[in-house]
Amino acid sequence: MIPETSPSDHDHDHDHAHDDHAPVVEGRPGYYDMMETAVRELFIEKGLITAGDIRRQIEVLDSRSPALGAAVVAKAWTDAAFRSRLLENGRRACEELGISFYDDTDLIVLENTETVHNLIVCTLCSCYPRPVLGLPPDWYKLKPYRSRAVVEPRKVLAEFGTVIPEDVEIRVSDSTATVRFLVLPCRPEGTDGWSEDRLASLVTRDAMIGVIPVTLPQEASR
Amino acid sequence: MATVFERVVTATGEKPAFAPGDRVKVGTRSPIGHYRVPQYLRGQTGEVLKVIEPSLIDNEEEGYGRNAGNRRHYYRISVPMPSLWPGYEGSPRDELQIEVYETWLERAA
Repeated sequence: MIPETSPSDHDHDHDHAHDDHAPVVEGRPGYYDMMETAVRELFIEKGLITAGDIRRQIEVLDSRSPALGAAVVAKAWTDAAFRSRLLENGRRACEELGISFYDDTDLIVLENTETVHNLIVCTLCSCYPRPVLGLPPDWYKLKPYRSRAVVEPRKVLAEFGTVIPEDVEIRVSDSTATVRFLVLPCRPEGTDGWSEDRLASLVTRDAMIGVIPVTLPQEASR
Repeated sequence: MATVFERVVTATGEKPAFAPGDRVKVGTRSPIGHYRVPQYLRGQTGEVLKVIEPSLIDNEEEGYGRNAGNRRHYYRISVPMPSLWPGYEGSPRDELQIEVYETWLERAA
């Protein structure tokens, strides 16, 4: 591997002041940056894909965010028939709403209940329900979460401030190939009669990964 | 007397070998390549929860560009956490759920 160096790589045992307003100077591209550029240029040169295809795919990814997942959850909370279709076949139910599965993955929606708490992880890499949640958070892709979520899920959850009682079963789902998971959190109490939009505003990315429950704003700040 | 439909013979591997409720053991092989079975799962015994339909392109082969006709049955299985991790702390009912290709599974007692 080529070492990554840049003009800003130096020891900090000297006494000059750094200028906070200096422009960001990018160093030499790293090994994988160069490999990506080389492969991309080769593909375009050979006519396998175009620069427009790549730009378009970035647009596809950018159009996905936790707001989509939150809308799916809110609809499941308010529409019992949709909820059962969602639990039966997550992908098909999301497609009903117009969410496409551009990466041809399947989706299993995991229902949290009073007796079951679900947590999702990808120990092998960073499989994530991107079509409905967008890009995963960095911690989801890093070794500590990936390795510990399957071994000591209760400790990991406690570090997110989530303490699961002993009588609640924890189910950790580990993605291995073409199936992705989305946690359907419990609807918080005190939300009777709320509109779908208002309910969706409570549902966060972390709740759909399963590291926290959905709470009302005042509970979260306690 | 069997109907004409009941006499249809299916190709090898066309029907899933396992059904929900079946006990299965994950292989302990260590091949070199793009394998989607985490090391911690190899040799473990679990229960089939669901057959993921339709059968999927085997991405262990697809990783090397060999995807012609390599469809594999794919199963969601559950394994109790205490049997995966000796000394596991938590409820004995905690479990792992994970998908495994049929090529990695054998019937367990």
